[in-house]
Amino acid sequence: MDEAFIRIEKVTKRFGGVTAVDAADIAIGRGEFFSLLGPSGCGKTTLLRMIAGFDFPSEGAIYVDGNDITDLPPHKRPSNMVFQSYAIFPHLNVFDNIAYGLRKARLPRAELDRRVEEALAMIKLSGFGKRRGDQLSGGQRQRVALARALVNRPKVLLLDEPLGALDKRLRESMQIELRQLQKSVGITFVFVTHDQEEALSMSDRVAVMSAGKVLQIAEPRTLYEAPNCREVADFIGTMNFFDAIVTSRDGDIAVLDAGPLGIVRAPASQPAGAAVLIAIRPEKIVLSSDAVSGGVRGIITASAYLGERSHIHVMVDGVTEPVSVAAQNRHRDGAQHNGGEVVYLSWTPEAMVILPRA
Amino acid sequence: MATTEADTEHQRVSKAGITAFLRRSESARGLALLGPTMVIMVLALAAPLGLLAAYSFWSQHGWTLDTHFTLDQYTRAFSRQSYRALFYRSLWISSIVTVVTVLLAYPMAYFVAFRVEKSKFIWLILLTIPFWTSYLLRVFAWKVILGYNGVINSGLMSLGLIHAPLEFLLYNPTAVVVTLAHAWAAFAILPIYVSLEKIDRSLLEAAADLGDGAVRRFLRITLPLSLPGVLGAAVLIFVPTTGDYVTPSLVGGSNGVMIANIIEVMFDKIGNWPLGAALAMASMAMVGIITLLSVQAIRLAVGKVK
Amino acid sequence: MRARGRADGVGLFVYAIFYLAFLYVPVLFLPLFSFNNSTFISFPLSGFTTQWYVQMWADDEVQHALANSLKVGAAAALVSTMLGLPAAKALTRYRVPGGTVMLGFVNLPLFIPEIVLGISLLILLNTAAIPLSLITVVIGHVTVCVPFAITVLMSRMEGFDRSLEEASLDLGETGWMTFWRVTFPLVLPGIVSALLLTFMVSFDDFLIAYFLAGTQVTLPIYIWGQLRFPYKLPTVLALGALILLVSCILVIAAEWIRSLGVRGRRPVVGA
Repeated sequence: MDEAFIRIEKVTKRFGGVTAVDAADIAIGRGEFFSLLGPSGCGKTTLLRMIAGFDFPSEGAIYVDGNDITDLPPHKRPSNMVFQSYAIFPHLNVFDNIAYGLRKARLPRAELDRRVEEALAMIKLSGFGKRRGDQLSGGQRQRVALARALVNRPKVLLLDEPLGALDKRLRESMQIELRQLQKSVGITFVFVTHDQEEALSMSDRVAVMSAGKVLQIAEPRTLYEAPNCREVADFIGTMNFFDAIVTSRDGDIAVLDAGPLGIVRAPASQPAGAAVLIAIRPEKIVLSSDAVSGGVRGIITASAYLGERSHIHVMVDGVTEPVSVAAQNRHRDGAQHNGGEVVYLSWTPEAMVILPRA
Repeated sequence: MATTEADTEHQRVSKAGITAFLRRSESARGLALLGPTMVIMVLALAAPLGLLAAYSFWSQHGWTLDTHFTLDQYTRAFSRQSYRALFYRSLWISSIVTVVTVLLAYPMAYFVAFRVEKSKFIWLILLTIPFWTSYLLRVFAWKVILGYNGVINSGLMSLGLIHAPLEFLLYNPTAVVVTLAHAWAAFAILPIYVSLEKIDRSLLEAAADLGDGAVRRFLRITLPLSLPGVLGAAVLIFVPTTGDYVTPSLVGGSNGVMIANIIEVMFDKIGNWPLGAALAMASMAMVGIITLLSVQAIRLAVGKVK
Repeated sequence: MRARGRADGVGLFVYAIFYLAFLYVPVLFLPLFSFNNSTFISFPLSGFTTQWYVQMWADDEVQHALANSLKVGAAAALVSTMLGLPAAKALTRYRVPGGTVMLGFVNLPLFIPEIVLGISLLILLNTAAIPLSLITVVIGHVTVCVPFAITVLMSRMEGFDRSLEEASLDLGETGWMTFWRVTFPLVLPGIVSALLLTFMVSFDDFLIAYFLAGTQVTLPIYIWGQLRFPYKLPTVLALGALILLVSCILVIAAEWIRSLGVRGRRPVVGA
């Protein structure tokens, strides 16, 4: 990680007696679209505000492009921010909002005009320059906030839940636009969100945070397919968990006693005797009405038809929580699963993720 | 390894210095901004009040001030019949003024909060203008109205309803009450209006939905929720009116004299400052105690409404 | 139910009209009699005249007192608003330890009889051997004006999003320039409103000035002095009527400016 563009080193932030961020260690590459993901109150916004310079770490240091910026005030930092509320200056028009940072930089008039017009074109709001900040719709405010930050050509763009205030359809189109924009300008984006789908669909890599701690930093696919702990697995998508104990090892393969699921073999690193969790995604479970070898017998307790797939809850003897199964509705007149029906669940060894049991 | 880390930390703090400390600490920034105001207010408000309290425990012999601690002034303030009568009258008058003003203002504030929709701003301006305009002139207006040759007497006489001026209009406690109730009216409206305006309208709909009629809705929802405004208005009127000087001087006559008039005399050139200070402290203490007790009593009473 | 609501609405409306009459009619007698051609304030009105205004304006004492009141009012308004601005910012923007207590302390003058404020400052100035003058009147007025300034400015500051200031810092401005480019223009309606209202409070105050002015005379002190002489009453009425008129204009201006700001900060969505 020598080439990290943004380096967050053992950063801790305490407000009074509350630890908002706990020894966060993150390295973000140049030009990366990096997301901080977690439930509200997990410390992701505080971490972003420390990169921006609105809060200062109690311990630790932050480097951008090799320079220690830990104690720099916000106006001396090479980053710009898109605020959750957008913070469009209501007393200035769109042009002056976007020109705000350029005026500070004392750009020649012609250069300033050109840069602002370019920015307006980039956000498809050419001709809106004279519009006052408080006469814009939510989507327009979001674009102006983005242009106002990018026009300064920052090294890093910080985005604090910038799509949270938009309605679903607009949010989805903005996700795609934002990602394309980032690719074209090539600036490092640090994006804060509590929406896991948003984080997975937009980011190169994601840091999952909870209660001030960074739990896992990985590419979206890894986070989903190979979470490193129960919390990450639970926060991203739906996951079924089964208690198990490693009885013996066979090379890379562990032999697990999974109680009601029987003896199971799966790739895992835990030593013999370790208490583990077997985690399986609902869509990786195959559900059939006929008995299959190695299949686990259960009874359907509930099912919900969601269009492209159905969610089915299956009660398995000896397992307290019902097992969640997602079945694709591949055929228009496919089999209906109803409550009370006896079914058999099966999955491949690779479908299983073996996690430490806390 | 640990020492180098501590060193860099140390360097950072000393390098950054005071500006960085101010930037890092919100409370330091806040205190720095509040500083000038607090210094001025301590010098021009707290220090004088402290000195006033100190004076009330001193005594004056002729022209010289004796700064030995004594309770003599308080003994005199409470034992002399004329002072006791003034305390009693001041508190009595301002209690009536408070009750009358709040009762009159409540429906007005209610009307603006719940019934006015489009022209709220105009109503609020109309109600706040008197709040900011000359108190002295508003009191003076009542002297013009109630006087021997005043508006009421001359008006009634020119209509032929009376043949000699009514003398009981001016220079008595009633004139003081009427004048104060008018002069302080605007002070009651705003706090009550603000607390009424804050009430979530769906609470009233919920109460109606649960079967309450208009009267019960008012007693069970509106009144308890607007209570802070009512109490705020009452305190805002009761406390200053007890110590009012202008109104009793202009329309009170000898029967309408209040405690502030005697305090003013004590601070005249030939006065007795320690006694005046004791009278002021004593009246503030009484006002404070009565305020606390009645606010508690009203809270309890309204809290009983379930 | 609906009919009932309308009925009590009408009742309340009638009440409100009576209430407004109660507020305004007594005061309106001052301008009414100020144009009456008689030294007696009594009905029937004998004729229209503007002589009292002419007399009043020709009076050197009035002009002198007016000049004093304007000076004191301007100084008290400026000082209390300048003190109120950083204090309001601190109380709305930062978590200050003991902030509520300090706010309560600053608001204390609203809950203390003016006579007590007057005499206690008189004692202090006397003890410190500071001679009474217009400056001491300003000091007294600042203590009563600061709560008003802070209240008006705090409500204005609470109305705008803290991240506007952060956005300015983020876009490269210093704290000082952020104040001038963002905070000041957004708080300006509040500042103007606070200046006008604190000026009114000072301009109208009689009692504090009465104790602290020494030999100096402000307009309310002058009026108070004239009330003893019945033959002077008509000119006092003329003066009072003028003061009321100017006060009304200033208050309406202050409230209007304040409301302009309130409307301006509500975003118009979908435009």
